[in-house]
Amino acid sequence: MTTRSQTRGGLKLETHKHRSTMRPLRAARPAELLTLPLDQHAGAAARPIVATGDLVALGQPIAEPTADISAWLHSPVSGRVRAIEPQPSALHPDTPSLAIVIENDGADRTHAANQPFDFSNAEPAAIVEHIARGGIVGLGGAIFPTAAKLARAPAKSAHLIVNGAECEPWISCDDMLMRERASEVIAGAKVLCRAVLAEHCTIAVEDDMREAAQALREAVEHAGGGIEVVEVPSIYPAGGERQLITTLTGLEVPSGGLPQDIGILCQNVGTAAAIARWVHDGEPLIRRVVTITGSAIQEPANLDAVIGTPLSRLIADCGGFATEPAKLMMGGPMMGIALPTDQFAVLKGMNCVFAATLRDIQPAGPEMPCIRCGSCSEVCPAILLPQQLHRLALAGEVPELDEYGLLDCIECGCCDYVCPSQIPLVERFRVAKPEVLRYRTMRSMAPEARAQFEAREVRLARLEEERRARLAEKRRSITSKP
Amino acid sequence: MSLPTSQPPHSVAPNSVARVMGIVLIALIPAIVVHIVFFGIGLAVQLTLAIATALITEAIALHLRRQPVRPFLSDGSALITAVLLAFCLPPLAPWWLVVSGTAFAILLAKHLYGGLGSNPFNPAMVGYVVLLVSFPQHLTRWLTPEASGLHPVDLSFVQTLHAIFIGQLPPELTWDAITSPTPLDAVRTGLKMGLTLQEAQAAPTFGGLGGRGWEWINLAVLAGGIWLLALKIVRWHIPVALLAGLAIPAAIMHAVDPGSYAGALFEVTSGASMLGAFFIATDPVSAATSDRGRLVYGFGIGLVAYIIRTWGGYPDGIAFGVLLLNLAVPLIDRYTVPRIYGRAT
Repeated sequence: MTTRSQTRGGLKLETHKHRSTMRPLRAARPAELLTLPLDQHAGAAARPIVATGDLVALGQPIAEPTADISAWLHSPVSGRVRAIEPQPSALHPDTPSLAIVIENDGADRTHAANQPFDFSNAEPAAIVEHIARGGIVGLGGAIFPTAAKLARAPAKSAHLIVNGAECEPWISCDDMLMRERASEVIAGAKVLCRAVLAEHCTIAVEDDMREAAQALREAVEHAGGGIEVVEVPSIYPAGGERQLITTLTGLEVPSGGLPQDIGILCQNVGTAAAIARWVHDGEPLIRRVVTITGSAIQEPANLDAVIGTPLSRLIADCGGFATEPAKLMMGGPMMGIALPTDQFAVLKGMNCVFAATLRDIQPAGPEMPCIRCGSCSEVCPAILLPQQLHRLALAGEVPELDEYGLLDCIECGCCDYVCPSQIPLVERFRVAKPEVLRYRTMRSMAPEARAQFEAREVRLARLEEERRARLAEKRRSITSKP
Repeated sequence: MSLPTSQPPHSVAPNSVARVMGIVLIALIPAIVVHIVFFGIGLAVQLTLAIATALITEAIALHLRRQPVRPFLSDGSALITAVLLAFCLPPLAPWWLVVSGTAFAILLAKHLYGGLGSNPFNPAMVGYVVLLVSFPQHLTRWLTPEASGLHPVDLSFVQTLHAIFIGQLPPELTWDAITSPTPLDAVRTGLKMGLTLQEAQAAPTFGGLGGRGWEWINLAVLAGGIWLLALKIVRWHIPVALLAGLAIPAAIMHAVDPGSYAGALFEVTSGASMLGAFFIATDPVSAATSDRGRLVYGFGIGLVAYIIRTWGGYPDGIAFGVLLLNLAVPLIDRYTVPRIYGRAT
């Protein structure tokens, strides 16, 4: 057995994966209405290529990419386009996104043009192009379009790492996928190896995922070997891309750089399985495994759900709420996005729906001043000094924030977790990051360009101010009318 | 359904400033008990006075600063300042000494700088040093410890209260009769008078490691400190570096001239060495903040304390060492930033 050691920082969190892995992976019941936001990947939103009232087939493309970093979107069912309208999106619960709403006819009529693709003799560029057509995005959380990531890989990536080190304590979708569909993961890894001409391929799992590791090893053997399965310590955030790379190889991804800079490409196991289904079966990314868990759920489980399925349907599939949750999240307790209701739809990047009671999570208490105890810097996997960043952020010291590495923060939340003063550090850091980015942009500019940039910012601020004034004026005139 | 939303992380460890401070206070209990065994009930009176003063002063300061009183009063930080200061004062010191020292520490050293988390200097040490330079005669009146081989006087509780509140000893006693120099003081005076170290340490007040009684208090402090290390409330860098800052120069000087310089073991088990290493210098607010910074900071305190003890004007130097290095913290922090992940050195 191969086990590597975690490099630095992190937390030993109590695992709750067994809650949702006790029951086998099963398909979710199909829903009547599917909601597909056009911006459910990183980069530019997709553009619809169907219109309201159109008939669509299962797997038919319904929106196309609009930029280098953008992605195709496919209909997960056969049916009719009911509307193209703003709908809530779990990625940003406060602001709706333009979405395609499809009415399921239940016939599962498939799109005939989607055919298996023979990758074994294809050029890497052709494979990357084909992966783009499948609407594949990174399913580990970053939802970065996979083809764009592969296109940025160096001509020859030495090492492909397939990431199954799912470290959030409640999420088990990757674990279940590896246990029950290891051959899909391995098949996808082989496609990826070919796409970037990788010399080595490693699949990493956490050392408490025995069944998954076993299933992967059997699948590797069955597929003729060539892929190493490695167990890494289950220390959160072991599955963070940078942390995993360092744990496995001892190399560090340069600050501000990409794994490709050191000849490494990292892909999530779910992404690999999605690639296998697209390449071998002609099924684009229209479904994924979602963990439905938390003490507020009657029967936690992992469901194979099509993108666009309402969360309320998945929760009902798991026996419904046992009690009203204290908090509902997309993702896990450390990095998840809090949802005000269950009126959202499954997204490509939704790994988990966590309906937590106060037995599952301990919300932060009232904030106290920082006492500089340094617990945060002890657990920081990026080797930052969160206590100093916090002080600098409060003081608005932007150049110092850059120097002290604010942009190297991966927002894992370890510092918040241990802080005795219960300071919302990550939240503060997220607010301060755009200012540091702006400072970097300004600094890298030539003096004339900087003057222009500053003038433009002033102009934009003035326009915004004027717009607000007009709006306020309008509001006043409306309310003052009898 | 409308559930609360907030930014991640959504769950944190059950930890608080009050918990951290509470554990530190519990860790001091063995030392307090041993202190009372050797020096009588005086410390309990001093602790009561210090705690009452600290809480009242803290409440007034918070009120004046328009801060919420309850969360800050219950965070335990004022209690620690009070306990540490009381621990450093002679058990029969007059009541106004501990009261004014504590009030000074809380009001000027803590709240004038912005309260919890903002004080650049360790408040207890500011209070102590103000008393030390203002009323040196009162700070040398250490009782002869029990088991010292001399003949300690066992004052009753009422006699103790008399001594502290009206400065009156029972008629048959004088201050000279019941006090004796601390081991650090004895060595210092002895060496000044031309004795060798061995002659100075031949007095019956000296025990196996340091002075009798004193060595046990230091060991009790060490026990509490090790408990703090085990609970990860305190990390090893500052205590180890501080003790090394005392022990290394002591060992060198003792090797060079064993007749004139005390050894490393004597230095680390005498005076405020252990208290300084585990409870005073480790106050995170006024200490350096990175691991490397804490090594520099701790070693600096030990070294300054050794220099003052050996060649300076005071028998102990931990308090001055702490304050001097507090002053250097911004500089130390600036030059000990760890290498960030993915960045070149």
